[in-house]
Amino acid sequence: MSARDIILQRLRNRTGGDLVAPASDFSVLERPDWSTEERIERFEKIIESVHGEVHRCTRDNWIDHVAEVLSARKARNLLIPSQHQIGQDLRAHAERDDLPNLLIYDEPIESWQPALFNDVDAGITSTRGGIAETGSLILWPTADEPRLMSLVPPIHIAVLEASQIYTTLYEALDAQNWKAGMPTNALLISGPSKTADIEQTLAYGVHGPKELIVLIIE
Amino acid sequence: MSATTPHPHIDVKEFHPRAHEALHNPQIRQNFRKAMDGLMSKRKAAFEGWDLETLRELGANVRLRALANLPDLLEQLEQKLTENGIKVHWALDGDEACRIVRDICVAREAKSVIKGKSMVSEEMELNHFLEGEGIEALESDLGEYIVQLANETPSHIIMPAIHKNTGEISELMHEKTGTDLSHDVEYLTAAARQQLREKFMNADVGVSGVNFAVAETGTLCLVENEGNGRMTTTVPPCHIAVTGIEKVVPNLADVSALLALLTRSATGQHITTYFNMISSPRKADELDGPEEVHLVLVDNGRSVIYQDDELLDTLRCIRCGACMNHCPVYTRVGGHTYGTTYPGPIGKILMPHLIGLDEGRHLPSASSLCGACGEVCPVKIPIPDLLVRLRRESVDGDKLHPAKVRGHGAKRTPLEAAIWKFWSWMHSRPGIYRTGTRFASRFRKLQPARAGAWTDFRTAPKLAGKTLHQQLRERGK
Repeated sequence: MSARDIILQRLRNRTGGDLVAPASDFSVLERPDWSTEERIERFEKIIESVHGEVHRCTRDNWIDHVAEVLSARKARNLLIPSQHQIGQDLRAHAERDDLPNLLIYDEPIESWQPALFNDVDAGITSTRGGIAETGSLILWPTADEPRLMSLVPPIHIAVLEASQIYTTLYEALDAQNWKAGMPTNALLISGPSKTADIEQTLAYGVHGPKELIVLIIE
Repeated sequence: MSATTPHPHIDVKEFHPRAHEALHNPQIRQNFRKAMDGLMSKRKAAFEGWDLETLRELGANVRLRALANLPDLLEQLEQKLTENGIKVHWALDGDEACRIVRDICVAREAKSVIKGKSMVSEEMELNHFLEGEGIEALESDLGEYIVQLANETPSHIIMPAIHKNTGEISELMHEKTGTDLSHDVEYLTAAARQQLREKFMNADVGVSGVNFAVAETGTLCLVENEGNGRMTTTVPPCHIAVTGIEKVVPNLADVSALLALLTRSATGQHITTYFNMISSPRKADELDGPEEVHLVLVDNGRSVIYQDDELLDTLRCIRCGACMNHCPVYTRVGGHTYGTTYPGPIGKILMPHLIGLDEGRHLPSASSLCGACGEVCPVKIPIPDLLVRLRRESVDGDKLHPAKVRGHGAKRTPLEAAIWKFWSWMHSRPGIYRTGTRFASRFRKLQPARAGAWTDFRTAPKLAGKTLHQQLRERGK
């Protein structure tokens, strides 16, 4: 018999009594019905408490914020999506002096891995929304915005629509019907990479980005 | 840089000498005291504004519901993962799980493995095994990396290097990797980042654990702060996840409940930096991610625990470590003293199942039974009750209770058994009892002043000059 069959048989022929679980009441996970403004404020407060940076902007001025953030950090380049509106808008402003070189992730990682790891300073991605209660961004990487865009460059800029900030993960799962089909990789990102493994002292950017900048579009 | 795998041959039975040593080591005591005090207050703050009791109730229900349907859920998980393109393997024990990992590596001609944090892989002693097969296995979680450099095992399931302070880590990194001697944590972290980035790029296989496996969607969830887990599961061309069979839950909604409890209980965070949900290997049009994803489902004694209604509660554990953070014994002696993969209260009830009470005979006794572990457990595992049961089984000679745990009666000594037998014989015979107690009171001066280790820090109790029966009779007059 295979290990699989032995394990399943043992579990099915349990010697103890019947296992009956009481019904689960998830209402404890429901938080107060916050307004959009309250959700933004809560999101901002929580993500800033873990070293995230929030810029509240509009559809007209978000590129100014990108330019400001990146020139202050002397970033040489920015990795952008090729199809998503964010990438298209940025490319339309590519001539601006205060924007760094725009790079596109349009080849399999194998062909340019060392360059991504060593030479890219920043990446910008869209999000599928945010979670106010924990200050989290929801990312579903795609062929247009691959997974490493939000992980490898030292600066990650994420664009979040204010109307897509949910109260809790429980609410977001339900509202976006995640159970109907999950992508290859889905992520909640709640701040820049960090560790406290050396004597409980917080240090940022241990493996992933050192900085997480969220542009909330109102 | 060397990547020697930790494999210290620690004798679990030698708990007492190690505890003695740890108690006399001010550095160890200070490192743990400081860390655990911080974690306790952070946990408390993180649950402010929550109905914690109701949330714990939900957590316990969710885990129980998963366990009640365990075989069906495992089959559903296997089916969903397979549909998604993830290959599922089953292992009866740690050795079989190691061989499965090796075979995947061999098929890919892999020479190097990069690892995310995984307690099951510690259980399997995977690093040691792979090294024996000529495959380099490097830990990428900073704490695990430090512990591996020191050729040690983790001393805490969440914070593996908690037993070391900055100075010790600085010296270790200087000696093993050539970094400058520095107490600047930023510098040390940046150095580790640089060292490990090279390894992520060059590794042939990434190995990770799993926090929750969701049956309804076929999704593997990983909770982490550093990003090493994301690197491990994304950069190498092949990802192997290993998990105990108990980690499966029915729905994504269940995960939202457990995640709310896990990170707050563990480190006092509302959520960790990354919550990573993996449902498939790289698809045809995608530009990164592994070409192959495998899941190894490891039993290693879990299906045996599953047979017993009481011990089954152990399988609810979500590995948050809150019980250790709050344990007065763990806080004083540290994780290495236990000599087991899982230390602290959860280790004291989990390890006897895995290694038997003969090996782990001292574990259930290494507790003050103060109940703190049971009180903080986010899924309400009755740890103190289980400790009492295992203590009874470790000295039980009458075998009245058929034991599920190997080593029933391992701690029984003939002298102690004889004393209790005599005690019960005397107490069921009133004449002999009266004569005996009167005799003991009269000759109480002969009573020894010391009673083994018990009187090291306590005064021995003295027998009264008159027995209770005598005193009552006199007062009644």
